Amino acid sequence: MGDAEIIRMADRTRTEEAPRCKATTASGRPCRNHALPGSEYCRLHAPDDVAAPASATSSAVDSARDAVGDVVSGFGAFLQRRFGGQYEIDDFGYDRELSRNVLLPLARPLYDNYFRIRTLGISRVPNEGPAVIVANHSGTIALDAVMLQYAMATEHPAERVIRNVGADLVFQLPVIGPMARKAGNVVACDEDAMELLRRGELIGVFPEGYKGVGKGWRERYRLQRFGRGGFIEIALRSRVPIIPAAIVGAEEAYPMIGDAGAVARAFGFPYFPITPTFPWLGPLGLLPLPSKWIIEFGDPIPMDEYPEDAAEDPMLVFDLSDSIRDTIQQMLYRNLKLRGSAFI
Amino acid sequence: MSEHRPRKILITGVSHLLGLRLAKRLEQDSDVEEIIGVDLDEPAIPVKKLDFIRADIRSPLIARVLASTNVDTIVHTNITSSPRTLGGRSGMKENNVIGTLQLFAAAQRAERVKKVVMKSSAAVYGSEPGEPSLIPETYGGTARLTGYSKDCAEAETSARDFGRRRPDVKLVILRTQNVVGPTARSSMTDYLSFPVIPTSLGFDPRLQFLHEEDAVEALHLALTSDVSGIYNIAAEGVVYLSQAARLLGKPQLPLLPFTAQFAAGVLRRVGVVDFPTDQLKLLLYGRVLGIRRAREGLGFSPRHTSKQTLLDFRDHRSVEDVLGEPSRPAWERDMRRLASDRASEEKV
Repeated sequence: MGDAEIIRMADRTRTEEAPRCKATTASGRPCRNHALPGSEYCRLHAPDDVAAPASATSSAVDSARDAVGDVVSGFGAFLQRRFGGQYEIDDFGYDRELSRNVLLPLARPLYDNYFRIRTLGISRVPNEGPAVIVANHSGTIALDAVMLQYAMATEHPAERVIRNVGADLVFQLPVIGPMARKAGNVVACDEDAMELLRRGELIGVFPEGYKGVGKGWRERYRLQRFGRGGFIEIALRSRVPIIPAAIVGAEEAYPMIGDAGAVARAFGFPYFPITPTFPWLGPLGLLPLPSKWIIEFGDPIPMDEYPEDAAEDPMLVFDLSDSIRDTIQQMLYRNLKLRGSAFI
Repeated sequence: MSEHRPRKILITGVSHLLGLRLAKRLEQDSDVEEIIGVDLDEPAIPVKKLDFIRADIRSPLIARVLASTNVDTIVHTNITSSPRTLGGRSGMKENNVIGTLQLFAAAQRAERVKKVVMKSSAAVYGSEPGEPSLIPETYGGTARLTGYSKDCAEAETSARDFGRRRPDVKLVILRTQNVVGPTARSSMTDYLSFPVIPTSLGFDPRLQFLHEEDAVEALHLALTSDVSGIYNIAAEGVVYLSQAARLLGKPQLPLLPFTAQFAAGVLRRVGVVDFPTDQLKLLLYGRVLGIRRAREGLGFSPRHTSKQTLLDFRDHRSVEDVLGEPSRPAWERDMRRLASDRASEEKV
């Protein structure tokens, strides 16, 4: 439906970021190509070529025109595929093409420029094979899940997609629900998690759930209870490693100073956040504060050393859950210290 | 895998697409001696070995037939989602729920019956945002069922009660996904045949289909393999509703959810389309089945993916649109197609 408009916007922001080449073309007009990074000229007008004979330059212009033509026709083909429905989605609704070309580019400015996110230890996540990434959850709306996904999709050597498991509520919402699915997320349930792991995928779990995102400012970076340890059972049963991850910065993006419980109950939400800007500034208050983020991935914790039926031992499950919670808590403290100021 | 070799088969809903196609398939089975078909209308194409009984499945005649002949296999395909053909919702419920109950009551007395296959529907899972992406047979949904979904769930209860009382009978329940194809007609195909596809604003469900040929194949497998249990039957893969509209080359008309409810009600009353209003949630959240159990237990391997099914539907429908004969009865087309099927099978 609205995909096309979004694509054009993303494309425009990208092209306007790069400056134009300073050379003049054979026809006397300023060159319209983008300059190479670290240079004032494009690939064709890099200093050697500027001095070349005019005929060579004109053939270079032709090839430049071809190159531009390729980009345009590539984009045209993309649009044609999208409007013709000729794309593949997986059983869970992940639309790789849409995600890579539209959704991730939309998140880029937020990731790169606004939150200035730094990742640590991302190569600890294996290049292939199933794993469960367990992270802390904070920041009122689940921006941390989006940023975690972005980090893995762009900074990891294998550019893997994290299949976050999310609450029903997310998938119930118009616009957000379908978009979350297309970005690769699924409903938090054993069936989906097990099936994804069976297919060798990476799943992302936030065991704190609403307790994590809906906690007050005073409790920032203090991990909440880890649900019922369902993710441990799944990892044990699938014999798949657990990778702890700590996300620092989301707490300051939406500092929740109050919770309007009555409003939340009226709308059926788990909580209704009050931040320094929301709801006072209306929709503008939804804009996150420009906090500085660090995302760290810990060492994978193997689960195949435990006996086959380990998932049936609740004590073991609780112990593992506690120890992973503790690991993530320590990672949080360490990275808070490392980050220094929350905003600058 | 040991086999069940049906000799005398009773098929309910024999004049409908799946029942008829199954009958055509079985007439070529050398083990099959006789097919007894029950429906309200006569089958539109002749079937060898078929004895047709024009009756409601609630008719006591069926009990007599089951008692007097040595029917060893029953295929129940007569649970319908279309109220229009049965004189409204109450008639539909009467047929689906009470009819099934009475069929199983009769079957319980028929001692020679060794195999029963019932075509239920994926609708029994409802359609909820919190459902697994690939619903397994073991999923105990929390959905509150209404209409057709509820009928299917109640029919399944009758079937399970029967299975409990007659442990010697192999009972198979197939939960089939929306059947779509060149000749299938259902609320889903009517919906997809609209010149403009109405959708719910802000929602884009994942849809999964079942090609009519694969559906018949599944029924045949259930009939001939020596298994019992509940099996999801669907195509591999999914398409988003938005994608389906694009593949069909049709514009979408996003409506507010409550408007959609209203629009569906109006369209149904004026008789344009028979889309059951209780199935509208499907167009919000979708519903996709996992078919591992059918693959492993029945040896079911669908030949068409959801996308291929949709394209097959599109290519055959569009030919008719061009020829300007969209109101042609489904059976004429079916006849042509079955004829070509047989021709190609004979060649092999």
